[in-house]
Amino acid sequence: MKNPITGLNKIFDNRIRLGVMSVLAVNDEVSFNDLKQMLEVTDGNLATHLVSLEENGYIKVHKGFIGRKTNTTYSVTKNGEKAFSEHIAALENMIKGVR
Amino acid sequence: MYFKVLFMSEQNQTTERLQEVKDIRRLMERSSRFISLSGLSGVAAGVFALTGAAIARYIIFKNYYTEYIDRGFFASNDFNSLKWQLIVLSAGVFAAAFFSAFYFTWRKSSRQGFSLWNLTSRRLFWNMTIPLVAGGVFILGMLQYDEWRFVAPSCLLFYGLALVNASKYTLTDIRYLGYCEIILGLINMQWIGYGLYFWAVGFGILHIVYGIVMWWKYERPLTAEGET
Repeated sequence: MKNPITGLNKIFDNRIRLGVMSVLAVNDEVSFNDLKQMLEVTDGNLATHLVSLEENGYIKVHKGFIGRKTNTTYSVTKNGEKAFSEHIAALENMIKGVR
Repeated sequence: MYFKVLFMSEQNQTTERLQEVKDIRRLMERSSRFISLSGLSGVAAGVFALTGAAIARYIIFKNYYTEYIDRGFFASNDFNSLKWQLIVLSAGVFAAAFFSAFYFTWRKSSRQGFSLWNLTSRRLFWNMTIPLVAGGVFILGMLQYDEWRFVAPSCLLFYGLALVNASKYTLTDIRYLGYCEIILGLINMQWIGYGLYFWAVGFGILHIVYGIVMWWKYERPLTAEGET
């Protein structure tokens, strides 16, 4: 999954996936609608990226209800936390290295 | 992918990565703190509080004490009606301050292109409401037992605690306003008869000072483009 040269995680190469991880890193649990609002993306677009993050084991999905409406929330997994912090460390190294 | 990495100029890649790091930071901040709280709402709340305090002083001294001096004794009826007048007045001040805070914050958030009711504002609202409602019920309870001496210090104290609690979910500067309110409330405990003046300083003057500082720091038209 990792780019052997830089240590960057390819999964986080995408802006939306990176955005989802950033938001989840500092919030315990965030609903689909809140994510959509914060990242300013469409339903379908966000859903696809959430599925891919989930398949990689980086985020957890909780399906719940508020009254009759479904309320799906997302949180980051231990794995996801680790992968994200490694990605950030790699980004920092790259920036420092080139300077 | 490797070709891309090799051929992309180093400079180009760094700026792209820098941008990514900036995006991450911006999203982390925007998703965990409500940053649209306007300084002007502080100023407006302070003005309402000072006006309210002035009216309260007028009611107490002009109406209540002159009657007392004329008659030479306190009538419990008078005291009751005074109590109700003050309760209605403070409810009015609170409502006016709340709506003006709401209005200026709404204006700022719509300028920034955020919606007012989002994850962060909900969290801020809840964490502010819990100490405020607890304090409000506590103070009403004191009035129920005719214990009016600690009303002003309790207002200041609970409000200060609410602000300190709220500071985790919005601009951190609000924490210092909270500290000031708490200190003021505690000092007020030792000068019980001057509650109204402490109240006016805490809710009026401190709010206005805080609002102006916040406005200067974050909302001045000069720095409008630099706002995140």
